[in-house]
Amino acid sequence: MSSATIGAPYIRLDGRAKVTGAAKYAAEFKVSNVAQGVIVTSTIANGKITRIDTTAAESAPGVVTILTPSNAPRLPKNGEAGVNPPAGRRLQLLQTADVHYNNQPIAVVVAESLEEAYLAAALITVRYQVDAPKLDFEAGFAEAHPGKNKVPPMLSEGNVPEGFESAEVRVDQVYTTPMENHNPMEPHATIAAWDGEMLTLHDSTQYIFGVKQSVAKTLGIPNDNVRVLCPFTGGGFGSKGSTWSHVVLAAMAAKVAKRPVKISLARSQMFGPVGGRPQTHQHITLGAKHDGTLTAIRHDCYSHTSMIEDFVEPSSSATRMLYEAPVITTSQKLVPLAVGTPTFQRAPGEATGTFALEVAMDELAEQVKMDPIELRLKNYAEADPTSHKPFSGKHLRECYKQGAATFGWSKRQSAPRSQREGHLLIGHGMATATYPANRSQAEAAVRFEANGRVTVISGTQDLGTGTYTIMAQVAAATLGMPIDLVDAELGDTKMPQGPVSGGSQTAASVTPAVQAAAQQAVLKLVTLEIGNQASPFHNLQPDELDFKGGKLFRKAAPESGIAFTEVVKRNNNQPVEAKGSAEPSESTEEFSQHSWGAVFAEVSVDETLGTARVRRLTAVYDVGTLLNERTAKSQLIGGLVWATGLVLEEETHIDKVTGRPVNNNLAEYHVPVNLDLGDIDVAALNIPDKNFEPLGARGVGEIGITGAAAAIANAIYNAVGKRVRELPITPDKLMA
Amino acid sequence: MYPFSFQRADAADTAVDALAHGKNAKLLGGGTNLVDLMKQGVERPSELIDINRLPLAEITELPDGGLRLGATARNSDTASHPLVRTRYPMLAQSILAGASAQLRNMATDGGNLLQRTRCYYFYDTAYEQCNKRKPGSGCAAINGYNRVHGILGTSAECIATHPSDMCVALAALDAVVRVRGPRGERRIPFSEFHRLPGNTPQIETSLRADELILSIDLPKSPYAEHSHYLKVRDRASYAFALVSVAAAIEVEHGSIRSVRIAMGGVAHKPWRAEAAEKLLIGKPANEGSYRAAAELALVNAKTYEHNAFKVPMAKQSIVRALTIAAGEQA
Ligand SMILES: Cc1cc2nc3c(=O)[nH]c(=O)nc-3n(C[C@H](O)[C@H](O)[C@H](O)COP(=O)(O)OP(=O)(O)OC[C@H]3O[C@@H](n4cnc5c(N)ncnc54)[C@H](O)[C@@H]3O)c2cc1C
Ligand code: SF4
Repeated sequence: MSSATIGAPYIRLDGRAKVTGAAKYAAEFKVSNVAQGVIVTSTIANGKITRIDTTAAESAPGVVTILTPSNAPRLPKNGEAGVNPPAGRRLQLLQTADVHYNNQPIAVVVAESLEEAYLAAALITVRYQVDAPKLDFEAGFAEAHPGKNKVPPMLSEGNVPEGFESAEVRVDQVYTTPMENHNPMEPHATIAAWDGEMLTLHDSTQYIFGVKQSVAKTLGIPNDNVRVLCPFTGGGFGSKGSTWSHVVLAAMAAKVAKRPVKISLARSQMFGPVGGRPQTHQHITLGAKHDGTLTAIRHDCYSHTSMIEDFVEPSSSATRMLYEAPVITTSQKLVPLAVGTPTFQRAPGEATGTFALEVAMDELAEQVKMDPIELRLKNYAEADPTSHKPFSGKHLRECYKQGAATFGWSKRQSAPRSQREGHLLIGHGMATATYPANRSQAEAAVRFEANGRVTVISGTQDLGTGTYTIMAQVAAATLGMPIDLVDAELGDTKMPQGPVSGGSQTAASVTPAVQAAAQQAVLKLVTLEIGNQASPFHNLQPDELDFKGGKLFRKAAPESGIAFTEVVKRNNNQPVEAKGSAEPSESTEEFSQHSWGAVFAEVSVDETLGTARVRRLTAVYDVGTLLNERTAKSQLIGGLVWATGLVLEEETHIDKVTGRPVNNNLAEYHVPVNLDLGDIDVAALNIPDKNFEPLGARGVGEIGITGAAAAIANAIYNAVGKRVRELPITPDKLMA
Repeated sequence: MYPFSFQRADAADTAVDALAHGKNAKLLGGGTNLVDLMKQGVERPSELIDINRLPLAEITELPDGGLRLGATARNSDTASHPLVRTRYPMLAQSILAGASAQLRNMATDGGNLLQRTRCYYFYDTAYEQCNKRKPGSGCAAINGYNRVHGILGTSAECIATHPSDMCVALAALDAVVRVRGPRGERRIPFSEFHRLPGNTPQIETSLRADELILSIDLPKSPYAEHSHYLKVRDRASYAFALVSVAAAIEVEHGSIRSVRIAMGGVAHKPWRAEAAEKLLIGKPANEGSYRAAAELALVNAKTYEHNAFKVPMAKQSIVRALTIAAGEQA
C-alpha cells in the first residue's frame, strides 16, 4: 500500500456506513427510556398568547408532559443569557407569551411515542391577542436601519460624485432575490439526556462547541456540564451553524420529564424557527467609459430581518473586492419583518450579491459592446480595490481562459435571440464566482494505536462534505502512511476543539491542525524512544530520526527502522498520542484572501411556455490546493446545483395576512430535481495558496453557488433578449 | 395523527359494506394522498378500509375496443401498459408527467381521481379559513397567495384547482367511472364526476360517501397518436401543473374532423373546453384556428392577484398542444 497523497480522490471513508444505514444521525441514537417531544408552533405572526388550553392534550394517551409559557422552567435572563451570534441566537424558549413570527415555538408536548405526541399537539388550543404583523418588505425601506452587525452599513471609496460624473455609460438597475429556506435532507434534531447535573446532547449541528456553550449559558449551568455529540450531519448549509430553540427546549423538556427527550423538527418547522436566507433588494449603478473601464460602482442593499434580531445578508461584500474602480460605494440596510430570524445560507451575501453584480456587468458589456470576459479583464483587480491589500492568491484570469476554452465560449453569439432549435431559443452566459477564504483556530490529536492503526481526532463536523476523509488523508500524507491505516473521529465536545463548520472554513482550519498533531505525535514517538534504554534509538538526537510508512528510523540508516507498534509496546502498551493546533498567522493579515472562479452556462428557453432549462454548466475555480479532488468537486457541483435552484425555482412565499410560510413542504418548495440539471463540468486549477495556510487549501463549500445564478440569468437573456431581474426566473416571468 | 381502525377488504362487496356501515370510514388506495392528509390532520377518518387486495388491479380490453382500468391498477402499471401506450398514448404521457416514479408505483388509478387539491390553505390546518376543510370558515386563498389557483369555474367560496394530470387526459378521452354502492353499480360520465366548487367546495365529486370506484372505462378512441399531453410547471419534473392541456385531434384533408381539449391547473375539475372544440370542427388545422379556439376557451377566465399569467399560459399551451397533436396529419 502506498502512502496517501494530498489531493487524491479517495472515496469517502464514511460512504459505506452512510449507504448501509450504519451511520447514525442525531435522532437515530438509541437512548434508553427516551420520550418523544413535538414542538407546537404559533399560527399568528404578531401578538400575545392569551390562553393555551392543554386539558384535552394532557389526558391524551401516552402524554408525559407539556411545556407552555405558563409552566416552562424559568431561565436566567429570560432565556437570553446565551445570545452570542453566530452560535447563540435570540431564541423562543417559552419564557414569555409574546409571538414575533408565525411558526414560532410556543409549546412542547412530550409523549411515549411520536404519534401520541403529534396527536396531543393537535389537541392543544391556543387563543391569541392578534396585532397587525409587519410583512411588507418594500414598505419598510423608508424606515430601514443598518443593524447592529459587524458589516459596516455604508462604505465609500473615492470621490463618488466624480466617479459617476466621469461615466460615459451607466447601468442603473434593481435586482431582487426572494426569501428562501434551507432544506437539508435531515431536519434539525436533538436528543437531550440528563444524568444528574450533566447534560448530553445528540444534536444535528455544524458547531458542536457552539451548541455546548450556548446551551450551558442559556440554562445557566457550567460549560463543562454539557457534552455534545454529532458524528454525522445530514446537511446544514448554515441553518445548523447556530443553536436554535428546539435544542434548548429538548434539554428543558428532559429536565421536566426526568427522562431523555428527543425532538425532531417536522419539515414545515424548517420554515421559520431555524433561519433562512433573507430576501434582498439590490440597487446597482455602474458607471463606465465607452471602452468599458469602470469609473464607479454603487451597490445599495436592503434585506429583511426579524423583529427580534438583526441579521444582515451582506450582498454588497463581493462588490467591495471583485473589480477595480476608482469609486466603490456600498450600503446595507435592514427591514424588520414579523418572520423568523434569517441566517447564514450557503455563501450568505455572495450568493445573492454576485447575482446582482454579475448581471449588471453583463448589462454593461452589452451597452459598451464588449465580450463579457473582456469587460471583466478590463476591470481586473490586481489588488483588493477597497482594502488595498494584495490578494493571498488570485488566478482568475486562468479561470476565465480555461473555462472559455472548455465551454466553447468563442462560438457564442453575442446578439440575443440568435440561436433557435424548434420551439427553443438557446443562450450562453458567463459570470465570475468569488468567496472569501476563511480559517480559524483548530485543534486535533493523532494517536498511534497498539494494533498498528492511527487515529486522527478533532471536535469538528462532517456535513456530508468529506471532513472524515480529508482528516485521514492529511494525517496519512503527513505520516507517509496509506490512508487505509488511518481512522478519523469527530463530532464530540470531549475531543480537541474545532471551529464552526461555516464560511467554508472546516478544511482550511482543521487540516493544518491535523498536520501539526501528526508531527507532534511523531515527535512524541521520537522522544519516547530516545529516552528509553530498551530502544535502539536510545540517546540519539531527535533530528537524527525520521518517520515514514509507519516506521521510525535513523536518517542515516533508513532501511533499519522499527514499526511504531514496537514503540507503543515499550510504552506499556499505551497508545502514543499528541495534540496539535493551528491558527491563522499574523502574516495572513497582510493579505486579502478570496477564492475565484468563472462559470459558463448554456440554457434553452421555450418562451411560449416560459420554461428555461440549464443544458450545461462549465466552471473553473481557483480555490487553492484540492485536498481531495472527489470531495472538493462534489462540493463545487453541489453549489452549482443549488445555484440552478436559486435562479430558477426557490422561493418561500409568505401569506400576507398571517405571515405564515405557505409552501412549507418539499412538494411546493422547489429545489432542483435531476431533470432540471444538464451536464456539469467542474475543474479546479489546484494552485496552492501558501500565503493563506500551510497546505494551501482555501475551502470549497460555498463558492459553487456564487456567480452561477448570474451566469444562468445572463444565458437566459442571451437566449430571449428579456432581462428578468427578480429571482426566481419562473415561467410566468419569462413567458412571452 | 388521529387514531383510526384498520381493516382489509378482499372483495368489492365487503369493502362497500364496510364503507356503508363504518362511521367516517375511508378507503385506502396507494395512500399517497390520504395518508399525507391524515398526518396533516386534514383528513380524520375513524376507519380505514384497505382495498389493495380487491381484484381490481387488472387492465382489460372492452368488447367495443375500449379499455377498462381497474381502480387499484397502479399509475405506473397503467402508464406502461401496451394497450394504453398504443391506443391512449396521451393518457400514458399524462400519468408520467405527474408526481415521481416512487409515488406512481404506489398510487392507484381510483385514488388519482379522488386526490384532493394542493391549495396551501387547505393543506395546512394552521389557517383558520378554508371552506373546503371547514365549511363556512371562508377562503384564505382568495386574498392570499393564489399563484397556483383556478381561473375558470371558481366561486367566491373556493378557487382551488384539481391537481391531477391523469384526470385531464381522462376528461379529454370521455372516460366513464364505474362505481358500486350499497344499491348496486352505476356509471358516471367523466364530465359529471368532478364538480365545480359553487358554495359547497367540500363536495368535490358526484361519488357518494358509500361508493367504491371499480374501474375507469375508456371508450374506443379515434385519436391514438394524434393526441398530446402538455404540462407547464415550475421545474422539469416532480411539480404540479401550473397549466396543462390534453389535446386530441382528427384532421381530414386539412380540416378538423373532431377534436378534444381538456385543461388542468385551471379549475376545480379537469376542464373540458367544449365551446372551443365546437368552434374548431370543420376549420383548417392551422395555428389561426387554434388561436381562435384558445381565445374562446379562456373567454370566461377570472384571475386573482398572483395567477393572471395562467390565462396567456393556457392559451399558448392549447395552441402548442393542438399543433403537436395534429402533427403531420393531412
Ligand atoms: C409530492 C407529491 C407530488 C405529486 N405530484 C403529482 C403531479 O404532479 N400530478 C398528479 O397528477 N398527481 C401528483 N401527485 C398526487 C398523486 O398522483 C396522488 O396522490 C395519487 O394519484 C393518489 O392515489 P392513491 O392510490 O395513493 O390514493 P389514496 O391516497 O389512497 O386515496 C386518495 C383518495 O381516494 C379515495 N379512494 C382511493 N381508491 C378509491 C376507490 N377505488 N374508490 C373510492 N375511493 C377511493 C381514498 O379514500 C382517498 O380519499 C403527487 C403526490 C405527492 C405526494
Ligand atoms: S381555495 Fe378552496 S381549498 Fe383553498 S382556501 Fe379557499 S376554500 Fe380552501
